[in-house]
Amino acid sequence: MTEPHKPRWHFRRPSVIPGFGITFGYTLTCLSLVVLLPLAALVWRASGLGLSGIIDVARDPRVASALKISFGVSLLAALTASIFGFVVAWVLTRYRFPGRRIVDATVDLPFALPTAVAGIALASLYAPTGLVGAQLERIGIQAAYTPVGIFIAMVFIGLPFAVRTVQPLIAEIDKEVEEASATLGASRRATLVKVVLPPLIPAVLTGFALAFARGVGEYGSIIFIAGNLPYVSEIAPLLIVIKLSEYDYAGAAAIATIMLGISFLTLLAINLIQAWSRRRFGYV
Amino acid sequence: MSEGAVILSGPPPAARAQSAVGEGRAVRWTLIAVAIVFLALFLVLPMLTIFVQAFSKGWETYLATFREPDAIAAVKLTLTVAAIAVPFNLVFGVAAAWAIAKFEFPGKSLLVTLIDLPFSVSPVVSGLIYVLVFGSQGVFGGFFAAHGIQILFALPGIVLATIFVTFPFVARELIPLMQEQGTAEEEAALTLGASGLWAFLTVTLPNIRWGLLYSVLLCNARAMGEFGAVSVVSGHIRGLTNTIPLHVEILYNEYNFVAAFAVASLLAGLALVTLLLKSVLEWRYAGELAAGGRH
Amino acid sequence: MLALGLALCTALPVGASAQSELLNVSYDPTRELYRDVNAAFAAEWKAKTGQDITVRASHGGSGSQARTVIDGVPADVVTLGIPSDIDAIAKISKKINADWRTKLPNQGLPYTSTVVFLVRKGNPKGVKDWADLAKPDIKVITPNPKTSAGGRWNFLAAWGYAYERDGKDTAKADAFVGQIYKNVPVLDTGARGSTVTFAQRGLGDVLPAWENEAFLVLQEFGADKFDIVVPPVSIYAEPPVALVDANVDAKGTRKQAEAYLQFLFSDKAQAIFAKHRYRPIKREAADPKDLALLPEIKLFKIEDLQGDWDTIQKKNFDNGGLFDQLSKAGR
Repeated sequence: MTEPHKPRWHFRRPSVIPGFGITFGYTLTCLSLVVLLPLAALVWRASGLGLSGIIDVARDPRVASALKISFGVSLLAALTASIFGFVVAWVLTRYRFPGRRIVDATVDLPFALPTAVAGIALASLYAPTGLVGAQLERIGIQAAYTPVGIFIAMVFIGLPFAVRTVQPLIAEIDKEVEEASATLGASRRATLVKVVLPPLIPAVLTGFALAFARGVGEYGSIIFIAGNLPYVSEIAPLLIVIKLSEYDYAGAAAIATIMLGISFLTLLAINLIQAWSRRRFGYV
Repeated sequence: MSEGAVILSGPPPAARAQSAVGEGRAVRWTLIAVAIVFLALFLVLPMLTIFVQAFSKGWETYLATFREPDAIAAVKLTLTVAAIAVPFNLVFGVAAAWAIAKFEFPGKSLLVTLIDLPFSVSPVVSGLIYVLVFGSQGVFGGFFAAHGIQILFALPGIVLATIFVTFPFVARELIPLMQEQGTAEEEAALTLGASGLWAFLTVTLPNIRWGLLYSVLLCNARAMGEFGAVSVVSGHIRGLTNTIPLHVEILYNEYNFVAAFAVASLLAGLALVTLLLKSVLEWRYAGELAAGGRH
Repeated sequence: MLALGLALCTALPVGASAQSELLNVSYDPTRELYRDVNAAFAAEWKAKTGQDITVRASHGGSGSQARTVIDGVPADVVTLGIPSDIDAIAKISKKINADWRTKLPNQGLPYTSTVVFLVRKGNPKGVKDWADLAKPDIKVITPNPKTSAGGRWNFLAAWGYAYERDGKDTAKADAFVGQIYKNVPVLDTGARGSTVTFAQRGLGDVLPAWENEAFLVLQEFGADKFDIVVPPVSIYAEPPVALVDANVDAKGTRKQAEAYLQFLFSDKAQAIFAKHRYRPIKREAADPKDLALLPEIKLFKIEDLQGDWDTIQKKNFDNGGLFDQLSKAGR
């Protein structure tokens, strides 16, 4: 990386555009100081426990159940967000109806609304005394302060990812292909399943992975609406905060490292999906 | 989903061209209804709740919330933090996009992944890492304490945590945009004798301005609203290290629900303005935003 | 640009720590209390020295607050919910001298408190004593004892009750506490969170709470919604205060901080404690009308049953302690 002046090999491909050195250097510097160095401190702190120590922390029943809740509920929420997100994206791109533009803008609300604000709003809405919570209670579902509450908050924050990754691709579907399929006698269902949906799969998966990653790490909106009960509704990020309050820095760092590893894997998965999609369909 | 609906009901004349590739009227409206009900339950109702609760005791109480010195301090702190974090990420994002989009070098995708990483890191972890670095028990904690520099539980710590969580916003928007635009225009300007900086200012910048504005908008919304990471590094000192979201939590914990929602409505209002501007940008300049599928 | 970036990437030195400012890091339910106390102290300091002084406060679960002091919150004084949290700061960060108990009157306790029950109006579940909390059809709201001092006092109070009742049998007392925590649907991180869950969100039948907190709920939410039930026996809760030696020396605020702590033991502050329904150590300084509101309860000291605070903390709340065993068994 440090030898840009070798005659035959260049670190970067030669170009007449100036400014590579300064922008690249600046990027690396900031990246190192803001992201890499602190993350290294985290891994270093956790490494004090050794790999077996980290595995022990993960195996501790309370930690294991918190991780299970975070990942399990997040998977469910991402799945829900993907399914309904697909419907929303489809409706928004394919159909014309009054207020479509407003509905379209609404989808981004969780991007812009601070999580703590979302948390108190969701809690007061889905609590047994709240507008929706009272109705749910009537049919025997307690939403707030149970894993259902975690689920609701995760769907909330994951939804825009699910919609926004799929939406541009639905818009780009070539209608002529669909028409051709229809003309050749395929039923609407066959056209959808065999022609329309396959190219959308990578985008749906990417949206799913993004919603999942956000859900796993989410804290602000969830603590207000989850019961925070060990083994039932305690999420992994909250357990990190609790470990910190118990002065258990190594334990907090270990859980954080596990979560970091998972987010890295998720990102990797997204990149693989996109690479696959590029090969298979020629676009991301 | 019934594909037979089209045949049974017969396509309305006006929608004839679409009928072969669309769903029947019933299916269509069902889907629209599902989408709207779902969005209403999960997004719109919570938003309305904030305003309903905020104004439940009338205008006077609502306004009184913002006369509290602690609330004013929280607003000031949040503005200060955003005023540092957003420009920082703006400069970083433009530099990173320039290096990544205009040049070819090995390890590029790893670099992009690393820039993306803060997106998928839990906010709590984002706060924790700075505690581990700058806390009294942390790696550099002793050094800064010895020099009398307070980083955690003060403005620098809050700014750092905010920069971390908003780190990818500008870079992620600009990289694909600048990649799409290629280097031809800049090369032309350079051939005509422009300096690199001049080429950037007169050629690149105008090309990316809407994308830039768009990303700054989202970056700012997140910077002002961050809760998890900031809550770990803030120390919750009233009137000193409480940002608006933390002040919301404090009021909420003081049984001051109306005031909590009133302050929350400030952030909700910011979110609405952000969405509005964002929609306007997407609508008017779709062609100049990467997300809009340029060309 | 690089230099600018570096300056921003690294830290900005802060121009804080003006000497006329003190920071009191406190636990959750004292928000209203210290608002009054701090104002009274500022007035007195002004009258005595002619200088202005601002006392800032930070509130949260007692354990979380102790952690932030360990990590570097520039607290001049800590006023926490339970002695073990101050011990933790002294032990882990050495910022507080280990002999902090000896530096102030009454072992650093300007006031004491106890745990009473808050129930819904009319006490529909007929809660009268600690034994009722362990009944199967009752939902108890209490904060997480790992992070909250109030949570720990509730835990210890229940334990001590059963220990005395069942002939000083530790195993039986442990099991009794386990019964109660099976009835807990929500564990908030601080006492305030639990109160909000119980009072605002309508969850649970009974909230074992700091005495002062229970009175505050009646005042904030209306006495027509809740009743206070006073159990025949409860715990002698000790929320201590201490000087953060390392911080006041670094900031040069020792004089002010010490004066502030001494002020907590003055007649004026003692009267304020009573007004906020804490139990002042100088009863003669308080308004008799305030004192009359505090019920007579037989109070026991947990140290008399379990030993010193190191032992108490280790037995019940440290990793692998009784609470961990109970929540593992109760899932």
